[in-house]
Amino acid sequence: MGAARGARARGVIWEVFRQEREGQPFQHGGSLEAPNLVFAEAYAREFYGRRGESFALWIVPRESVEEIREPYVADVFDRDYRRVDGYSLKVKLKEARERAGTSEPR
Amino acid sequence: MNAPELLSLADDELILGWRNSEWTGIAPFLEEDVAFSSIAQTEIGHARAWYELAARELDTDADSLAFDREPDEYLCAPLVERRMADDWARTIARHLLYETADRIRIQVLLNSIDREVAGLAEKIDREETYHRMHAEMWAERLRDEPAFRKAVDELWPYALGVLPQEQRRLLCEAVERDEVEAVERGEHTEELRPLWEEMTMVRRSVPGASW
Repeated sequence: MGAARGARARGVIWEVFRQEREGQPFQHGGSLEAPNLVFAEAYAREFYGRRGESFALWIVPRESVEEIREPYVADVFDRDYRRVDGYSLKVKLKEARERAGTSEPR
Repeated sequence: MNAPELLSLADDELILGWRNSEWTGIAPFLEEDVAFSSIAQTEIGHARAWYELAARELDTDADSLAFDREPDEYLCAPLVERRMADDWARTIARHLLYETADRIRIQVLLNSIDREVAGLAEKIDREETYHRMHAEMWAERLRDEPAFRKAVDELWPYALGVLPQEQRRLLCEAVERDEVEAVERGEHTEELRPLWEEMTMVRRSVPGASW
Protein backbone atom coordinates (compact mmCIF):
# COMPACT_ATOMS: atom_id res chain seq x y z
CA MET A 1 0.00 0.00 0.00
CA GLY A 2 2.76 2.42 -0.92
CA ALA A 3 0.40 5.17 -1.98
CA ALA A 4 -1.93 4.60 0.89
CA ARG A 5 0.85 5.16 3.36
CA GLY A 6 1.19 8.69 1.98
CA ALA A 7 -2.40 9.22 2.98
CA ARG A 8 -1.53 8.34 6.54
CA ALA A 9 0.59 11.44 6.81
CA ARG A 10 -2.23 13.33 8.45
CA GLY A 11 -2.62 14.49 11.98
CA VAL A 12 -4.87 17.53 11.95
CA ILE A 13 -7.78 17.22 14.32
CA TRP A 14 -10.87 19.15 13.31
CA GLU A 15 -13.67 20.06 15.67
CA VAL A 16 -17.11 19.96 14.12
CA PHE A 17 -20.02 22.08 15.29
CA ARG A 18 -23.53 21.43 14.06
CA GLN A 19 -26.49 23.67 13.68
CA GLU A 20 -29.52 21.49 13.76
CA ARG A 21 -31.94 24.03 12.32
CA GLU A 22 -31.51 27.42 10.78
CA GLY A 23 -31.12 30.12 13.42
CA GLN A 24 -30.25 27.74 16.22
CA PRO A 25 -26.90 27.96 18.01
CA PHE A 26 -24.07 25.75 16.82
CA GLN A 27 -23.22 22.95 19.20
CA HIS A 28 -20.19 20.75 19.33
CA GLY A 29 -20.82 17.56 17.40
CA GLY A 30 -17.49 15.81 17.71
CA SER A 31 -14.07 15.73 16.18
CA LEU A 32 -12.37 13.99 13.30
CA GLU A 33 -8.92 13.58 11.84
CA ALA A 34 -8.21 14.58 8.27
CA PRO A 35 -5.15 15.57 6.26
CA ASN A 36 -6.60 18.86 4.98
CA LEU A 37 -9.73 21.00 4.87
CA VAL A 38 -11.13 19.29 1.77
CA PHE A 39 -11.00 15.91 3.48
CA ALA A 40 -12.30 17.40 6.73
CA GLU A 41 -15.31 18.83 4.88
CA ALA A 42 -16.03 15.52 3.20
CA TYR A 43 -15.83 13.57 6.44
CA ALA A 44 -17.81 16.17 8.41
CA ARG A 45 -20.55 16.02 5.79
CA GLU A 46 -20.45 12.25 5.96
CA PHE A 47 -20.60 12.02 9.74
CA TYR A 48 -22.84 14.96 10.60
CA GLY A 49 -24.74 15.95 7.49
CA ARG A 50 -25.73 13.15 5.16
CA ARG A 51 -28.87 12.18 7.02
CA GLY A 52 -30.38 15.63 7.11
CA GLU A 53 -29.46 16.02 10.77
CA SER A 54 -27.73 19.37 10.31
CA PHE A 55 -28.59 22.66 8.65
CA ALA A 56 -24.99 23.89 8.75
CA LEU A 57 -21.60 22.81 10.04
CA TRP A 58 -18.56 24.66 11.33
CA ILE A 59 -15.27 22.87 10.86
CA VAL A 60 -12.43 24.26 12.93
CA PRO A 61 -8.86 23.02 13.33
CA ARG A 62 -8.51 22.12 16.98
CA GLU A 63 -5.39 24.25 17.26
CA SER A 64 -7.48 27.32 16.37
CA VAL A 65 -9.66 26.75 19.40
CA GLU A 66 -8.46 28.74 22.38
CA GLU A 67 -8.92 26.83 25.57
CA ILE A 68 -8.98 28.28 29.05
CA ARG A 69 -9.37 26.04 32.02
CA GLU A 70 -9.21 25.90 35.78
CA PRO A 71 -8.38 27.93 37.73
CA TYR A 72 -9.24 30.71 35.26
CA VAL A 73 -12.79 29.57 34.66
CA ALA A 74 -13.79 28.66 38.21
CA ASP A 75 -16.01 30.64 40.55
CA VAL A 76 -13.80 32.66 42.79
CA PHE A 77 -16.62 33.22 45.24
CA ASP A 78 -19.54 31.03 45.92
CA ARG A 79 -21.98 32.71 43.56
CA ASP A 80 -23.93 29.80 42.25
CA TYR A 81 -26.77 32.11 41.20
CA ARG A 82 -24.47 33.00 38.32
CA ARG A 83 -24.37 29.45 37.07
CA VAL A 84 -26.15 28.62 33.84
CA ASP A 85 -27.03 24.98 34.50
CA GLY A 86 -30.68 25.78 34.12
CA TYR A 87 -30.35 26.59 30.43
CA SER A 88 -30.27 22.99 29.28
CA LEU A 89 -34.05 22.91 29.16
CA LYS A 90 -34.34 19.71 27.17
CA VAL A 91 -32.72 17.60 29.87
CA LYS A 92 -34.65 19.35 32.63
CA LEU A 93 -37.92 18.82 30.84
CA LYS A 94 -37.13 15.17 30.33
CA GLU A 95 -36.42 14.75 34.01
CA ALA A 96 -39.57 16.63 34.97
CA ARG A 97 -41.66 14.45 32.69
CA GLU A 98 -40.15 11.33 34.13
CA ARG A 99 -41.01 12.57 37.61
CA ALA A 100 -44.55 13.33 36.49
CA GLY A 101 -44.78 9.94 34.83
CA THR A 102 -45.65 11.31 31.37
CA SER A 103 -42.93 10.26 28.97
CA GLU A 104 -43.50 12.46 25.90
CA PRO A 105 -45.57 15.56 25.19
CA ARG A 106 -48.67 14.88 23.13
CA MET B 1 -35.32 1.39 -20.98
CA ASN B 2 -35.03 -2.34 -21.53
CA ALA B 3 -34.19 -4.90 -18.86
CA PRO B 4 -30.59 -5.60 -19.98
CA GLU B 5 -29.78 -1.90 -19.84
CA LEU B 6 -31.26 -1.62 -16.34
CA LEU B 7 -29.42 -4.75 -15.25
CA SER B 8 -26.11 -3.42 -16.57
CA LEU B 9 -26.53 -0.34 -14.39
CA ALA B 10 -27.69 -2.33 -11.38
CA ASP B 11 -24.97 -4.97 -11.69
CA ASP B 12 -22.26 -2.30 -11.99
CA GLU B 13 -23.48 -0.62 -8.82
CA LEU B 14 -23.96 -3.86 -6.88
CA ILE B 15 -20.59 -5.35 -7.73
CA LEU B 16 -18.71 -2.10 -7.25
CA GLY B 17 -20.52 -1.50 -3.96
CA TRP B 18 -19.51 -4.97 -2.94
CA ARG B 19 -15.88 -4.46 -3.91
CA ASN B 20 -15.74 -1.12 -2.12
CA SER B 21 -17.26 -2.68 0.99
CA GLU B 22 -14.22 -4.97 1.16
CA TRP B 23 -12.42 -1.93 2.60
CA THR B 24 -14.70 -1.78 5.62
CA GLY B 25 -12.51 -2.19 8.66
CA ILE B 26 -9.22 -1.98 6.78
CA ALA B 27 -9.29 1.42 5.05
CA PRO B 28 -6.16 3.59 5.47
CA PHE B 29 -7.64 5.39 8.49
CA LEU B 30 -10.79 5.43 10.54
CA GLU B 31 -12.55 8.43 9.01
CA GLU B 32 -11.98 7.04 5.54
CA ASP B 33 -13.25 3.67 6.65
CA VAL B 34 -16.60 5.19 7.56
CA ALA B 35 -16.78 7.38 4.46
CA PHE B 36 -15.87 4.65 1.99
CA SER B 37 -18.19 2.14 3.63
CA SER B 38 -20.98 4.66 3.30
CA ILE B 39 -20.22 5.07 -0.39
CA ALA B 40 -20.30 1.30 -0.80
CA GLN B 41 -23.71 1.23 0.82
CA THR B 42 -25.17 3.93 -1.37
CA GLU B 43 -23.89 2.10 -4.45
CA ILE B 44 -25.75 -0.98 -3.31
CA GLY B 45 -28.81 1.17 -2.63
CA HIS B 46 -28.66 2.47 -6.20
CA ALA B 47 -28.35 -1.10 -7.43
CA ARG B 48 -31.50 -1.96 -5.54
CA ALA B 49 -33.41 0.90 -7.16
CA TRP B 50 -32.37 -0.17 -10.68
CA TYR B 51 -33.11 -3.83 -9.91
CA GLU B 52 -36.61 -2.87 -8.83
CA LEU B 53 -37.30 -1.27 -12.19
CA ALA B 54 -35.84 -4.28 -14.00
CA ALA B 55 -37.77 -6.68 -11.77
CA ARG B 56 -41.07 -5.22 -12.89
CA GLU B 57 -40.20 -5.81 -16.53
CA LEU B 58 -38.98 -9.32 -15.82
CA ASP B 59 -41.76 -10.17 -13.35
CA THR B 60 -39.44 -11.02 -10.46
CA ASP B 61 -37.98 -9.13 -7.49
CA ALA B 62 -34.81 -7.18 -6.75
CA ASP B 63 -33.25 -9.80 -4.47
CA SER B 64 -33.69 -12.56 -7.04
CA LEU B 65 -31.99 -10.44 -9.66
CA ALA B 66 -29.16 -9.49 -7.31
CA PHE B 67 -28.46 -12.94 -5.88
CA ASP B 68 -30.15 -15.76 -7.77
CA ARG B 69 -28.47 -15.48 -11.14
CA GLU B 70 -25.41 -17.42 -12.21
CA PRO B 71 -22.17 -15.39 -12.46
CA ASP B 72 -22.25 -15.55 -16.25
CA GLU B 73 -25.66 -13.91 -16.27
CA TYR B 74 -24.44 -10.72 -14.63
CA LEU B 75 -24.06 -7.81 -17.02
CA CYS B 76 -21.54 -5.73 -15.07
CA ALA B 77 -18.50 -4.17 -16.72
CA PRO B 78 -15.17 -5.88 -15.97
CA LEU B 79 -13.93 -2.67 -14.29
CA VAL B 80 -16.09 -3.23 -11.22
CA GLU B 81 -15.17 -6.89 -10.82
CA ARG B 82 -11.50 -6.44 -10.09
CA ARG B 83 -10.48 -7.14 -6.53
CA MET B 84 -8.42 -4.29 -5.11
CA ALA B 85 -8.81 -4.60 -1.37
CA ASP B 86 -5.06 -4.61 -0.87
CA ASP B 87 -4.27 -1.58 -2.99
CA TRP B 88 -5.72 1.79 -2.08
CA ALA B 89 -4.16 3.69 -4.98
CA ARG B 90 -5.72 1.28 -7.44
CA THR B 91 -9.04 1.46 -5.62
CA ILE B 92 -9.04 5.25 -5.92
CA ALA B 93 -8.06 5.04 -9.59
CA ARG B 94 -11.07 2.83 -10.23
CA HIS B 95 -13.30 4.99 -8.05
CA LEU B 96 -12.35 8.10 -10.02
CA LEU B 97 -12.72 6.48 -13.43
CA TYR B 98 -15.98 4.78 -12.54
CA GLU B 99 -17.58 7.87 -11.02
CA THR B 100 -16.54 9.96 -14.01
CA ALA B 101 -18.02 7.40 -16.42
CA ASP B 102 -21.11 6.94 -14.28
CA ARG B 103 -21.77 10.67 -14.33
CA ILE B 104 -21.80 10.69 -18.13
CA ARG B 105 -24.25 7.80 -18.18
CA ILE B 106 -26.47 9.41 -15.53
CA GLN B 107 -26.51 12.73 -17.41
CA VAL B 108 -27.93 10.91 -20.41
CA LEU B 109 -30.52 9.16 -18.25
CA LEU B 110 -31.66 12.48 -16.77
CA ASN B 111 -33.12 13.21 -20.21
CA SER B 112 -34.73 9.82 -20.63
CA ILE B 113 -38.26 9.88 -21.99
CA ASP B 114 -39.05 7.23 -19.40
CA ARG B 115 -40.04 9.49 -16.52
CA GLU B 116 -39.39 6.87 -13.90
CA VAL B 117 -35.85 6.34 -15.17
CA ALA B 118 -35.23 10.10 -15.37
CA GLY B 119 -36.58 10.59 -11.85
CA LEU B 120 -34.43 7.84 -10.42
CA ALA B 121 -31.38 9.15 -12.27
CA GLU B 122 -31.95 12.54 -10.70
CA LYS B 123 -32.18 11.10 -7.21
CA ILE B 124 -29.10 8.94 -7.73
CA ASP B 125 -27.16 11.84 -9.22
CA ARG B 126 -27.64 13.82 -6.01
CA GLU B 127 -25.88 11.09 -4.02
CA GLU B 128 -23.30 10.43 -6.69
CA THR B 129 -22.23 14.05 -6.31
CA TYR B 130 -20.71 13.07 -2.96
CA HIS B 131 -19.03 10.06 -4.51
CA ARG B 132 -17.47 12.25 -7.16
CA MET B 133 -16.25 14.82 -4.63
CA HIS B 134 -14.75 12.01 -2.62
CA ALA B 135 -13.06 10.48 -5.66
CA GLU B 136 -11.72 13.82 -6.78
CA MET B 137 -10.26 14.81 -3.41
CA TRP B 138 -8.41 11.50 -3.25
CA ALA B 139 -7.24 11.70 -6.84
CA GLU B 140 -5.88 15.15 -6.13
CA ARG B 141 -4.01 13.80 -3.12
CA LEU B 142 -2.58 10.78 -4.93
CA ARG B 143 -1.98 12.58 -8.23
CA ASP B 144 1.80 12.35 -8.08
CA GLU B 145 1.99 8.85 -6.64
CA PRO B 146 3.46 6.48 -9.26
CA ALA B 147 1.18 3.66 -8.03
CA PHE B 148 -1.90 5.78 -8.68
CA ARG B 149 -0.80 6.89 -12.15
CA LYS B 150 0.07 3.34 -13.08
CA ALA B 151 -3.34 2.16 -11.91
CA VAL B 152 -5.16 4.80 -13.97
CA ASP B 153 -3.20 3.66 -17.05
CA GLU B 154 -3.99 0.03 -16.31
CA LEU B 155 -7.71 0.62 -15.75
CA TRP B 156 -8.36 3.07 -18.58
CA PRO B 157 -9.45 0.41 -21.13
CA TYR B 158 -11.75 -1.01 -18.47
CA ALA B 159 -13.26 2.40 -17.73
CA LEU B 160 -14.15 2.86 -21.41
CA GLY B 161 -15.98 -0.47 -21.25
CA VAL B 162 -18.42 0.93 -18.68
CA LEU B 163 -20.02 3.17 -21.30
CA PRO B 164 -21.70 2.44 -24.61
CA GLN B 165 -19.62 3.41 -27.63
CA GLU B 166 -21.42 6.71 -28.25
CA GLN B 167 -20.68 8.03 -24.74
CA ARG B 168 -16.98 7.18 -24.65
CA ARG B 169 -15.81 10.38 -26.32
CA LEU B 170 -17.20 12.33 -23.36
CA LEU B 171 -15.18 10.18 -20.96
CA CYS B 172 -12.03 10.78 -23.00
CA GLU B 173 -12.65 14.52 -22.75
CA ALA B 174 -13.42 14.38 -19.03
CA VAL B 175 -10.18 12.61 -18.12
CA GLU B 176 -8.12 14.03 -21.02
CA ARG B 177 -7.10 10.68 -22.44
CA ASP B 178 -7.18 9.13 -25.89
CA GLU B 179 -9.65 6.44 -26.73
CA VAL B 180 -8.10 2.98 -26.78
CA GLU B 181 -9.56 -0.46 -27.28
CA ALA B 182 -12.04 -1.01 -24.45
CA VAL B 183 -12.41 -4.02 -22.22
CA GLU B 184 -16.01 -4.63 -23.15
CA ARG B 185 -18.98 -5.55 -21.03
CA GLY B 186 -20.11 -9.12 -21.57
CA GLU B 187 -16.91 -10.99 -20.87
CA HIS B 188 -16.20 -11.51 -17.19
CA THR B 189 -12.86 -11.54 -15.40
CA GLU B 190 -11.83 -14.51 -13.28
CA GLU B 191 -12.38 -12.36 -10.24
CA LEU B 192 -16.17 -12.29 -10.52
CA ARG B 193 -16.83 -15.89 -9.52
CA PRO B 194 -15.12 -15.81 -6.10
CA LEU B 195 -16.98 -12.57 -5.36
CA TRP B 196 -20.26 -14.14 -6.43
CA GLU B 197 -19.60 -17.24 -4.29
CA GLU B 198 -19.19 -15.08 -1.23
CA MET B 199 -21.93 -12.60 -2.06
CA THR B 200 -24.58 -15.26 -2.58
CA MET B 201 -23.34 -17.73 0.05
CA VAL B 202 -25.92 -17.01 2.72
CA ARG B 203 -28.81 -16.79 0.31
CA ARG B 204 -27.84 -20.10 -1.32
CA SER B 205 -27.50 -21.76 2.08
CA VAL B 206 -31.30 -21.89 2.48
CA PRO B 207 -32.80 -21.83 -1.01
CA GLY B 208 -36.22 -20.25 -1.23
CA ALA B 209 -36.15 -18.97 2.34
CA SER B 210 -38.04 -15.86 3.25
CA TRP B 211 -35.46 -13.62 4.92
